Amino acid sequence: MRPPSPSIPEKEFLVASLKESLRLDGRLPLETRTPILTFGPELGWVECALGKTRVVAEVEGKMVKPTPERPFEGSSRYTRRYRPWRRASTSPVGRASDEEVTITRMLDKVLRRSDAVDKESLCILAGQRVWHLRLTLHFLSDAGNMLDCACLAGIVALKHFRRPDVEVIGDEVTVHEPTERAPIPLAIHHTPFCFTFAFFPDPSIPPVIDPSQLEQRLSAGLLSVALNAQRELCVVQKLGGVPLDPDDVLKIVSVAVQKAKELNNVVDARLREDWEARKVEVT
Amino acid sequence: MSATVLPGTGVPAQRVNLKLGPGLLQNRDANEAGPSIITTRAGTLNHSANGSRWWVESNSRRYVPAPQESVIGVIVQRVGEGYRVDIGSAHYASLDSLAFEGATKRNKPNLKVGSLVYARVSLAHKDMEPELECFDAQTRKSEGFGELKGGFLVKCSLKMCRDLLDPKHFLLPLLGARFPLEAAVGMNGRVWVSAKEPRQIIAISRCIEAVDPDGGGLDEAGVKALLGTLDV
Repeated sequence: MRPPSPSIPEKEFLVASLKESLRLDGRLPLETRTPILTFGPELGWVECALGKTRVVAEVEGKMVKPTPERPFEGSSRYTRRYRPWRRASTSPVGRASDEEVTITRMLDKVLRRSDAVDKESLCILAGQRVWHLRLTLHFLSDAGNMLDCACLAGIVALKHFRRPDVEVIGDEVTVHEPTERAPIPLAIHHTPFCFTFAFFPDPSIPPVIDPSQLEQRLSAGLLSVALNAQRELCVVQKLGGVPLDPDDVLKIVSVAVQKAKELNNVVDARLREDWEARKVEVT
Repeated sequence: MSATVLPGTGVPAQRVNLKLGPGLLQNRDANEAGPSIITTRAGTLNHSANGSRWWVESNSRRYVPAPQESVIGVIVQRVGEGYRVDIGSAHYASLDSLAFEGATKRNKPNLKVGSLVYARVSLAHKDMEPELECFDAQTRKSEGFGELKGGFLVKCSLKMCRDLLDPKHFLLPLLGARFPLEAAVGMNGRVWVSAKEPRQIIAISRCIEAVDPDGGGLDEAGVKALLGTLDV
């Protein structure tokens, strides 16, 4: 049984309050929820919470033989596990719903096709051995804007992950345990962040960033912008049939740039904090 | 007098005129020792002063309809002479269009899909769809039941709903002292609130979320501090 669409009073109230630039959780229209990042005991396990939306990302690395077409490149695979709306989705069991498909494609674009991870640095021995990364995302609960939360969890997990050091002598590959040698972080070219803006059918309502579940369901269109703190746009995706002015899009991108810079600082600070806490004094 | 129990715990309830509340089950095929009563939920076991009424109190978010409880539902479909209503339970409930105060064959309320109704569960059986009525069982007057217009719907945990219905709970009087408000509390984890200004409705909604034992679990002093920041 799919959850019914929001009731008439909910819809009317949301529209009325958004016209006064009031949001239900007390945020400003262009204010995101502060992400809460929790790191697990293992490297590469991150839980990201945006309000009540929660996504867990975990990265695993293993050694495989590369494909003959690309002997110098490591590979990566992303898998997703959808929990909360499996039952709520409109499609029959076993088939992805529209929202799942959208998120899956967007994640693929943001994390993999924007070349966030340097694939050639994952090569150990050309044509023989490369690292294969697997990123698994678990969607635990949905309170709106799962896409941004999943992108953030994914990229933070990749930044948090460290692979064991390897040594190559001739054709011999030796893997050093983390207890022997410090594990090495992945070579990350840039950190893309995703920001979603919701647009409403009434043109007098300003767009809102990081929509809550109700806002997302009542919106007429969503615009997702993925970019990094260096102002490099990776993906722009627009869903729904709201007409938009080019100037509006540019304004939104400049807002996203600002947010990406702030988010980048938050993420870096949290990662450093976690790494400091992991250091063990050797006497 | 309360103890924490797990499902399957035996309850020492012994009385001639015994009434069992939610979370308790009487074992039919009990041995000669008489009927034994076990719990079906985890929570705290409570009983009335003379030991005639027993119930288990716990918090959850999934609503299981029980007769005579007032609930808030959303109309999802019109079916012939009635409506199908989502009350947050596993199945939709049915609401007859004659189950309103003063409704006749010719004169009955016209509810749109998506309207909110405040209704009473008139039938709740494990093998049947729940049924709703929008009038009081004794007086057959509306007594506040019926369509809810305007306002906003806040979702919370079931414990929070029961707390709000408790006249001794601090939240609604505290908010009512600041500005006039209307509220309809359903037992199914939904609270309809209405006030004059949108910012007041937002304040109520945020306070309920903050006080909810399933979320923030704020106390009276915390709510006062929160209200101070909300500018109402």
